[in-house]
Amino acid sequence: MSTMTFGRAITAGLRRAMDDDPKVILMGEDIGKLGGVFRITDGLQKDFGPHRVMDSPLAEAGIMGTAVGMAYRGYRPVVEIQFDGFIYPAFDQIVCQVAKLHYRTQGAVKMPITIRVPFGGGIGSPEHHSESPEAYFTHTSGLRVVSVSNPQDAYTMIQQAIASDDPVLYFEPKRRYHVKGEVDEGVDPASSDMGAARVVARGTDVTLVTYGPLVPTARDAAVAASDDGISIEVIDLRSLAPIDFATVEASVRKTGRLVVTHEAAQSGGLGAEIAASITERCFDYLEHAPVRVTGFDIPYPYSKLEFHHLPDLDRILDGVDRALRRPNSLSGLDRPDGSQGAGQ
Amino acid sequence: MAQDGTRPGPGSTGGIDDAAPAGGTVLPGPAHAGADDLVQLIDHLGVRHAHARYDALVADVDGAALQKLYEDMVVVRRIDAEATALQRQGELALWPPLLGQEAAQIGSGRALRADDFVFSSYRENAVAYCRGVDLADILRVWRGNASSGWDPYTINMATPQVIIGAQTLHATGYAMGIVNDGADSVAVAYFGDGATSQGDVNEAMVFAASYQAPVIFFCQNNHWAISEPVGLQAHVPIARRAPGFGIPSVRVDGNDVLACLAVTREALARARSGGGPTFVEAVTYRMGPHTTADDPTRYRDANELEDWAARDPLARLATLLDSLGLLEAGYTDSVKAKADAVAAELREGCLSMPEPAPSDVFRHVYSTPNSWLDRQQDHYERYLASFAQAPQEGPR
Repeated sequence: MSTMTFGRAITAGLRRAMDDDPKVILMGEDIGKLGGVFRITDGLQKDFGPHRVMDSPLAEAGIMGTAVGMAYRGYRPVVEIQFDGFIYPAFDQIVCQVAKLHYRTQGAVKMPITIRVPFGGGIGSPEHHSESPEAYFTHTSGLRVVSVSNPQDAYTMIQQAIASDDPVLYFEPKRRYHVKGEVDEGVDPASSDMGAARVVARGTDVTLVTYGPLVPTARDAAVAASDDGISIEVIDLRSLAPIDFATVEASVRKTGRLVVTHEAAQSGGLGAEIAASITERCFDYLEHAPVRVTGFDIPYPYSKLEFHHLPDLDRILDGVDRALRRPNSLSGLDRPDGSQGAGQ
Repeated sequence: MAQDGTRPGPGSTGGIDDAAPAGGTVLPGPAHAGADDLVQLIDHLGVRHAHARYDALVADVDGAALQKLYEDMVVVRRIDAEATALQRQGELALWPPLLGQEAAQIGSGRALRADDFVFSSYRENAVAYCRGVDLADILRVWRGNASSGWDPYTINMATPQVIIGAQTLHATGYAMGIVNDGADSVAVAYFGDGATSQGDVNEAMVFAASYQAPVIFFCQNNHWAISEPVGLQAHVPIARRAPGFGIPSVRVDGNDVLACLAVTREALARARSGGGPTFVEAVTYRMGPHTTADDPTRYRDANELEDWAARDPLARLATLLDSLGLLEAGYTDSVKAKADAVAAELREGCLSMPEPAPSDVFRHVYSTPNSWLDRQQDHYERYLASFAQAPQEGPR
């Protein structure tokens, strides 16, 4: 067991995967000598050589499309998309090629490609550097989508993603890269399932579902709510496609209330999918309609306003209050009886 | 081949031209074959011309080999006609004819080694024939029985790509893998003139040049991207783009099977020896529609079609064979018999294709189980099973 930052944990996981399998290669912009703009691949080109850590021309479709060809040839490419907003030029190659080649070829061609995407906001970056595009990919059959929230998962799940014969989008919350945590490097990645959600905090009143960058925020919200005598169960989904609905369902059957929070825009987002699926599965157990606390349906705002857009502890607690029919921003603070306001 | 019938070449050396000036622009509209830089060994009249550079590359092509190339073209034309008929008879939903492009596909396809790997679009059925595809597999997609017809690794050819130009990147990535493996095989990307407008094709050339990937970009300039003429895609000959990426290129008469064989062999040799990518522009003509759903009379001048019919790839080789005394009745009868047999096999394979099972719709989406999909499959199978249990009459 050692202490390392989130970012170093990914590096360690990449290194171990490359040590274990010579077919694992890294591709991306600036990932060689520079070690990537976030230094996640730092030192890997020096140790594994330029044929396994390939600095790519600045062309995202090109990176993704050549990764497809490498996978055809039997390699397991790990592609780095430098920033979330840069993934769109590669969209066609991801959703039409990477996602579908296994189906298209009746299983003859495997696409064990891992697509690393530093995502999410909160670091004061300019346009295109803070987006949360995960829903585009969770909507696409053939892809697996995961997001990590702590160094141990970062270390383990990058290896699980690389080992998967299915393509995996691996969303890294960039504002958490420098968060430190304990990592057991001896853990066998095959001993756990990256598709399984993790219960971060146990609770009985409300189920709070989230992933990636908002997991620590949700955990803080649970601690703060406990001061008011509210017991929140926090679930870190880890896998966004498929979602481990069994874990969420079991929790909601216990609490009767569901709040989902994510940075991505609300409409058509994962919160909508989770709310609908849980309503289908647990309608008779719900005491209140599922509540979403999300980013707004706007282009990601300039940095001085981004903290209005991003759900924070207080907005999440407000959502919890809505689920509990406690006084909240929509009911009006002058309604201590918790009666429904117009927005409910 | 025997040099009987050979005449002096037209004067141009032709061939690889990586330092050519951009040349003057051309007005939008169909570009025409016959430019001075076009590699041609057999002209449209069936006359074999000597070529200082490329004769050596086809020196082994004797009369029997020429006859075999002719047989290939006759057979694939017959496959094309039979599939078109099957579509008209309602047995296929759609078919993309290759009529007119037999020489480009057979000439290049027959140059390849078994361990080379092809990434094509949806019109390269003659290339698939060269790779040894099971005939019914060609039709599987168009009959709607599968998303693709064959296991790519059995014939070293990816299944048809529908997204225009996407496969050029796959070929380039595959070729990068060949470099990593230290092998001497080659990846070949087939695409049309319209695809050269796509970002993917241009990015593929950047990557291929950067990594000196052993890939051949084989562009069949068939003059039409559905209804859009090549002049809308390119104001200079397409082959002139590649040198700007650092990739040598060649324009070849795409209706001359021998010239297509020669330039592909040269490109393969370059790739195998570490010389990196080559861009081939095979100037040909799509004599049929884009697909059987298309109506080229709405956008194409009948005179243009007539001009190109006069440059037919099969007719010119037949004339050459005849001039060499290689087109006797015994030979032509055997070619016809082969084409008939292939067509019959194709039709039989089409009509006897097993229908997919309902649950097949869920297969192969993932390599490993997916809880969302498993649930949907379970629900749908229970739904289907409910019909078997339902009363056969009476109110619901």
